[in-house]
Amino acid sequence: MTTVSKTVELNMGPQHPSTHGVLRVVLELDGERVVKATPVIGYLHTGIEKTMESKLYYKALPATDRMDYLSPMSNNLGFCLAVEKLMDIEIPEKVKWVRVCLAELTRIKSHLAWVGTHALDLGAMSMLLYAFRERESIIDVYEACSGQRMMSSYIRIGGLAQELPEDFDKLVRKVIKQVAQGIKDYEDLLTNNEIFINRTKNVAVISAADALDYSLSGPMLRGSGVNYDVRKANPYSGYEYFDFEIPLGKNGDAYDRYLIRLEEMRQSLRIIQQTIDGMPEGPYRAHLPGIVLPPKEDVLYKMESMIFHFKIITEGFKAPCGGVYQAIEAPKGELGFYIQGDGTNKPNRVRVRPPSFINLASLPKLVEGRLFSDVVCAIGSIDIVLGEVDR
Amino acid sequence: MEDKIREFLNSRFADALIKEDNFRDQQSFHIKPECLVDICQALMDDADLKIKYLSDITSLDWLGHEQEKDGRFEVVYNLYSLDHRYRFFIKVRLPDDKPRIQSLTSLWSGANWMEREVYDLMGIEFEGHPDLTKILTPDELEGYPLRKDFPLTWEQPAFSWNKDDPPEVVK
Repeated sequence: MTTVSKTVELNMGPQHPSTHGVLRVVLELDGERVVKATPVIGYLHTGIEKTMESKLYYKALPATDRMDYLSPMSNNLGFCLAVEKLMDIEIPEKVKWVRVCLAELTRIKSHLAWVGTHALDLGAMSMLLYAFRERESIIDVYEACSGQRMMSSYIRIGGLAQELPEDFDKLVRKVIKQVAQGIKDYEDLLTNNEIFINRTKNVAVISAADALDYSLSGPMLRGSGVNYDVRKANPYSGYEYFDFEIPLGKNGDAYDRYLIRLEEMRQSLRIIQQTIDGMPEGPYRAHLPGIVLPPKEDVLYKMESMIFHFKIITEGFKAPCGGVYQAIEAPKGELGFYIQGDGTNKPNRVRVRPPSFINLASLPKLVEGRLFSDVVCAIGSIDIVLGEVDR
Repeated sequence: MEDKIREFLNSRFADALIKEDNFRDQQSFHIKPECLVDICQALMDDADLKIKYLSDITSLDWLGHEQEKDGRFEVVYNLYSLDHRYRFFIKVRLPDDKPRIQSLTSLWSGANWMEREVYDLMGIEFEGHPDLTKILTPDELEGYPLRKDFPLTWEQPAFSWNKDDPPEVVK
């Protein structure tokens, strides 16, 4: 008897709950095995880069919130640091500390959403509820700072949008306490859970050499044991002041990435504790007339401030002709902004190096030759946000 | 570190280097497009430099700017050395008419999607790319959205609110 091998083509997504948005994957299956996987993206493409190129520098900022909508403050930080580098301006010490604190809160917020949805994909429904409970306390900090729960635009070029709220210290300490307890709970639920280990261990494996070949970054790269974290390698915004460690994996599988993200949350809590304990005094915005908006209270009572306010709002500021690249360690990986100034008040080019997009390119490598049921785990373990993949 | 790279390029690819610039402590080397793959391969293999990480590929359109005289399009390769924690840029200029350059997919698999994005949005073709197709925009979209002569507020798809001729491009 002869058997004929025939493959089946299966369409997964774009409306599929475990693709975390609108990712479509065309799978070629031989029985239970994946022969070929082709991700199809672009369903959320809104031309954010083009939009940013058509706006004054500081007006382009709100677009960054909408890329990776689970970690808006990290995107704000990356863009502001890039423009500050282009304009060559110094920002006050206190602003740096507040930014680090908020960026780390954002990392926890993003990882919480990840651990909840990833566990949900794998069948652990209660994790989502616990993770989103802790996430809520971080959103409260966002709301107190900026008035917005998600699209905060709180970090601005040259400083912050407004003074920190009076109860900032109290709110952040509450987050630290709650998240520290939460991480313990997740560990109890997942780390030694046999079902979770069976679903994630030795699944979606990528070696260190392949991870570098695919230009991966963030937990995807560190899960394979490559020690590259922008916060340590090329510190920005005062990360060199703080004491923290970079967790590394060994096997490069989905389970190692889970352990890394959990440990990163603990390290983030350490950094936040240090920023809260040693927060310096100072202004919340640099004093740079013509580039940075003066404080609102000055605009109301001082003639000069009002003129500068008016000038910045209507004309913006002119950037020199030159290109800068600023990378930050966003929750998903290396988020970079390449901004090319051309001597006018609008950028010639704003390029976002999207960590999700570049990490997602490795999906075929992760799933080809593996079981079909592991595809969901592989997509989850990359940690993508389609808003950032498609921009 | 930039001295090492400069020395390396001058010793092995002396006629490929057009100019270099340093803006805000960021080193860029402008090279001739035809030498790109050889230079990247050599930088990768060199035991001392070890430039093994391709961070990003992006492109610029200089239409209407004084810089257009060197070639309308600029492709920027963002390279990183993990051992030295050093980042630098390789830039090439391409002409307005049929911009083409060799693909880096033979060296880095990660270049695949980055080059597809540049092709889709800026219309630069990569020779030797295994699957040079659109990645972000709809298949029926004509033109390259990130070019400066592509209108900002005009949509092509049939369901759009404006189906008339494109407006004047205002930059």
